[in-house]
Amino acid sequence: MEGSVKLLGAGIAMVGSLGAGIGLGLIFAAWLNALARNPSAEGKFRQVGVFGFAVTELVLLMCFVIAIMLMYTGK
Amino acid sequence: MASLLEEFEIHTLSPPLVTIGGHEIAFTNSALFMTLAVAASALLMVLAMRPQALIPGRWQMAAETLYNMVAEMVESAAGEKARPFFPFIFSIFIFILFCNLFGMIPKSLAVTSHVIINFSIALVLFLIITITGFTKHGLHFLHLFVPPGAPKALLPFLVVIEFLSFAVRPFSLSIRLFANMLAGHILLQVFAGMTVSLLAAGWLAGLSVLPLVANIGITGFEFFVAVVQAYVYAFLAAIYLRDALEMH
Repeated sequence: MEGSVKLLGAGIAMVGSLGAGIGLGLIFAAWLNALARNPSAEGKFRQVGVFGFAVTELVLLMCFVIAIMLMYTGK
Repeated sequence: MASLLEEFEIHTLSPPLVTIGGHEIAFTNSALFMTLAVAASALLMVLAMRPQALIPGRWQMAAETLYNMVAEMVESAAGEKARPFFPFIFSIFIFILFCNLFGMIPKSLAVTSHVIINFSIALVLFLIITITGFTKHGLHFLHLFVPPGAPKALLPFLVVIEFLSFAVRPFSLSIRLFANMLAGHILLQVFAGMTVSLLAAGWLAGLSVLPLVANIGITGFEFFVAVVQAYVYAFLAAIYLRDALEMH
């Protein structure tokens, strides 16, 4: 019983990845837009894009870590 | 189920060498892969740069590309004054990069998938940045927590928020790298498990090609992630360093 509730909790925890998905989509959409408008400034965009990607992805990874912790730790 | 985390297990490879406060310290597989990473990176840098040719060969080109990539990144993210810190950030980058890449060898251990390794590096970074900030600016360094041009009434909240966002940096830095490596390796294992269980599923066995193909793609993606995460770690280190050197 407790184990199945834990699995359910892990599943619910992953709902947070919804936000990260939307965020990553927005970042790469903006990146493509910027690249299409000014292809010569690609170097500058790359750094900002990678930074935004890393910061947004952290949300997804936090959800993932919590889900893994729920599944594999405790009794 | 627990076998998913089996590849991240640390086991000893030698009898206990020293005992500190009741803890037996032995040579583990984690230590082995860290030693390998350091040895490989040192070998790459020393041997590749030995010819010091004006027109670089393949190995020298690789070493120079890595060096230039980090040098440009540090200069653009942390400014001119960060030049003395470049060797430190470059070492962090190379160490994490090699640990990540060694983790991609089957049956090996990705050292960076243990949060304590990343956290130790992040803590050293955090201490160096804080000490640099205080030695360079004295108590003026505390102005870092006061955003310029903020309304007076909001200041108590803003200072608390700024302080928290400063203090939480080593945690977010280490958890990002650890979770990325953990998630990638677990993903690979889940798809591999899917392939095996589909093979045993009778008339559905033909479908087992699909997760296998996906796994090949994910493996490529994991190599990309290994490089990007090492880069991001060094990049964020440089950005945090900028705070200490230039304030705001």
